[in-house]
Formats: sequence, C-alpha cells, structure tokens
Amino acid sequence: MSNWIERVEPLTLKGQIKVPYTWSVGEVGSRFLVSLRDDQKIIGNRCSECKTVFVPPRMNCGKCFKRITDWVDLSPEGKVEAFTIVRFAYPLQPTEPPYAYALIKLDGADVGFLHIIKGDLDRLKKEVRVKAKFAGKRTGHIRDIEGFSIV
Amino acid sequence: MERIAIVGVGQTKYERRKKGEIFYDLVYEVTVKAMEDAGFTLNDIDNVITISNDFWDGRTISCMAVQEAAGAHDKNVSTVEGDGTFGAFYGAMRVLGGFGTTLVVAHSKGSEGDPRFITNGMFDPIYHRPLGIEVLSASALQANVYMEKYGVTEEQFAQVSVKNHGNARKNPLAQLPMNITVEDVMRSRKIADPLKLLDCSPISDGAAAIIIANEERARKAHKKPVWIKGIAHCSEAYFLGDRDLADPIALKEAAKKAYAMAGIRDPLKEIDVVELYDAFSYMEPLWLEGLGFCGPGEGGRMIEKKISTMEGSLPVNPSGGVLSAHPVLAAGLARIIEGVLQIRGEAGEHQIDGVKTALAQGINGPCGQSHCIWIMGRDQ
Repeated sequence: MSNWIERVEPLTLKGQIKVPYTWSVGEVGSRFLVSLRDDQKIIGNRCSECKTVFVPPRMNCGKCFKRITDWVDLSPEGKVEAFTIVRFAYPLQPTEPPYAYALIKLDGADVGFLHIIKGDLDRLKKEVRVKAKFAGKRTGHIRDIEGFSIV
Repeated sequence: MERIAIVGVGQTKYERRKKGEIFYDLVYEVTVKAMEDAGFTLNDIDNVITISNDFWDGRTISCMAVQEAAGAHDKNVSTVEGDGTFGAFYGAMRVLGGFGTTLVVAHSKGSEGDPRFITNGMFDPIYHRPLGIEVLSASALQANVYMEKYGVTEEQFAQVSVKNHGNARKNPLAQLPMNITVEDVMRSRKIADPLKLLDCSPISDGAAAIIIANEERARKAHKKPVWIKGIAHCSEAYFLGDRDLADPIALKEAAKKAYAMAGIRDPLKEIDVVELYDAFSYMEPLWLEGLGFCGPGEGGRMIEKKISTMEGSLPVNPSGGVLSAHPVLAAGLARIIEGVLQIRGEAGEHQIDGVKTALAQGINGPCGQSHCIWIMGRDQ
C-alpha cells in the first residue's frame, strides 16, 4: 500500500486564461498616441521642477512628484543609448528575429525611448543615429512607429 | 530594533518539472519541513504569509488556494505578490508588530505557464508590452549597457555561470549542477546579445518556507536562532529608459540601509557569505558593485580574481544560486534559507567555514527595479 503513489501515472491538464482588457491611455498618453496617428510626430513633456523631458509623456514626475504641464515636440531622430539583438523567435514578438530592442535618446528628450530596430543590425552600436519609420495604417498605438532604422 | 530571528527553514528540491505535486502539495511540504526544523507544531505558528502570483499560477487571487497547505486554517493570513525576500520582510514586520511567530511560504511552477508571455506581462501594457519585450531581452539590454559603460566582458559573465553551476554540484536541491567551462558558455546558443543560453537561469518548479520568531519564541525553537540584523528594500523607476541600467541605485540604497541597521561598516570584511539573485550571469558582478563590495565597473575584475568562489575571500552563491534553479518568487526566499544554513553550519558540502554573517538579496521588477537586502547573523 505504501508505494502506490509510485505507480500513479502523472497527468497534466491543458488550460489557458484569456481575459480581454481595455486600458484607458489617459489624457497625456492619448495626446501622445493621437500625435503618432494623425501627425506622425513624437511628443514628450517636461517636468517644471527637474526639467527632465519624458517620452512617452506622463501626467506627473515620479521623482519630483509634480504635475507636468509643458509639452515638447521631439525629433523622430535620436541616438541609440542601449540595445540588444534578439536571436530567438517567439509568438509574442512583433517581427522576425534578428531585430533589436533599443533605448533611444530622441533629440530633445532626456530619457530613453524603448522601441525596436530592424535591418542593418551589423551597423548597430551605441551612439549610432536612428530615425523612426511610421506605419502606413496608424491606429493610435505604440506600433504606429513600425520601428527605427539606422540613419 | 527588537531581536527577531529565523528559527525554521524548508525547501523542496528544485526541478524542471514537478508532475507529482500541485502547488498545494509543494507549500505543504515546505511548511511541514520548516516546522520540523524549528521543532514547532501548527499551534506554535501565530501568523502566515503566502507569496504567489496570479500570472505564474494561472489563477486569480491564487494565494487563496494554498492557505490551508500553509497551516493558515483559523489563523491570520496575509499575502504578498512579489519575490520571497519582500514577503519575508513583511513577515518580519508582523513579528515586530506583535505576533510571536510568522511562517512565510513561497511557491512557483515555472513549468506550468509560459515564462516569455508571463514576463512580457510585467511591462507597461500601453507602450512596452506590444513591442514583445520580456525578461530575457530586457536583461540582455541591461547586460549590454553594463558592458558598454565599464568594459566588463562576456567572458567575465561566463565565469559566473561556470562558478555557480559548479557550486550547484555540491547542493542536492539544485536543479542544474554542471561542470562547464567558459568556452561552453561562450559557445552556447545565442539568446539576445550578449546573453547565451548558459548565461540564463532555467525554468524551475519548487517552494520554500521560513519561520520568523520574536526573541522569546526563538528561545523555544529546536535550532539555534539565526538573528535578523538588518533588512531594507528600495525601488526605482519602472520604465527602463528612465534609469541608468548600469547603476543599480535602488540596490545601493537598500544595502546602505541594511548595513546601517546591522552595524556593518566594511561589508567586504564583515560579511562571510553572500547569496545573490543571479537570474542572469551578468547580475553577479553588477549586484556586487551595488552592494558596495567593489567600486562601479570593478565587478568583472572581482569575478576574474576569483574572490567570489567558494575558496575566495567573499564566497557568492555557494548553493549554485538562481542560475542553477530559478523558482520565481521562491528564489529570494531560497537565498535567505541558504544564508541561514551557512550560519548554522548546515550547508553540507557547500558549507563555507566559520560563517558568522550572511547577506541575501532578492529582486522585483524588470532589471532589478527593486531590491531587498537581508543581513543575518549567528550572534545577537
């Protein structure tokens, strides 16, 4: 009787939790995404206290704990501050590997903007200049920027 | 601070896939082990904290399902969603708040979900998640920033993997004991530059539990209490682009506070063994810098000089660390437990001689957004 457990066939059960969400983007985020969609323009905003220009913009500065009110037009160009080239494929990825994730310091911004870089990856290095490529059909989504390419 | 101590610990063996036990069984196993270790019965447990995460468990409010297995029936129970070190921190506060004892338990079955999708879910849903970023690529980004800033090398990272998988050979609970070389790591499959397969921790199943007691109750425990000398945690910005990924400021702050509480002035001299959250090989040198064991950018050379080997002056992860078993949520609690075993002289083959003071670290959030530091000691 004591060793019955060793003779049990271990079963596994397949399942999946799938829950739809509708996330409010907020006033500040909406202005940012609408600007991508309608004007193909990247905008940020500046903390009145520490003067940091944030992108994506936000309602308040987490460090200074101040409401942010100043909007700033940013360039679609900037330089790569950090990157990694992704070599594995996975269904959640927006494009086929290899591609890069990069933190891009857009001209006029003070924080890194996370996005993807496609093509020309052997030329990719720190400080290299890149430019945003906008999608043809835009819906007010972060992927209205298809990706960045090396200038 | 009032004196509080860890008086009981329990861990499962960490494995790639446990098919024989469900979450409930794992929590039960380590709860019983921790009570036996302390020489306590369920009547000696005043309060329970369970650590779980809905995404990893595939169930909303997943903590509810394991409370009885943690001995919480008819007891005060609270829950933490985050690494075990943070849950244990809360447990320590509950003891300081008046409970005689608190049992803290964490479980994880990485094998049952999809770690890429789950860790993609930790990023901002509006701006970052649609880009497909998850923990491997985010960590690779951090490793690259660290290399670019200080000239730390892939070979130095590889040495961490060689060391910690080698140490795991002496730990019967570790999942991935391996005898590998720097060349093996360098030649392993590329994941996201600069990380290769052997720079990354595995998917793991397992659970861990500790019992924290006030001084009076600690004296009634079976084993010699391991005193909690200093604990602190700190957090920084969520968005990766808002941070300097090569400068772990939250870790520096948490370490500073924990050292101050423990009365530690020179960590390199006063700490005998360190258990770090090395989910990826580059984390060991970077976290060693944050902990003040060396200056900024010197972590790689510290690895090269073999200071952090079992024979070195500052052994790091003699258990094999997170690289050798990564039960998410339980992994930090396992670091605390390994510190306790080292102080008690019960670490078996991976015991370091004469450990009086141990440091354990846990992390939460992408690329170590938050850090929790524990300093534990043999003497009051």
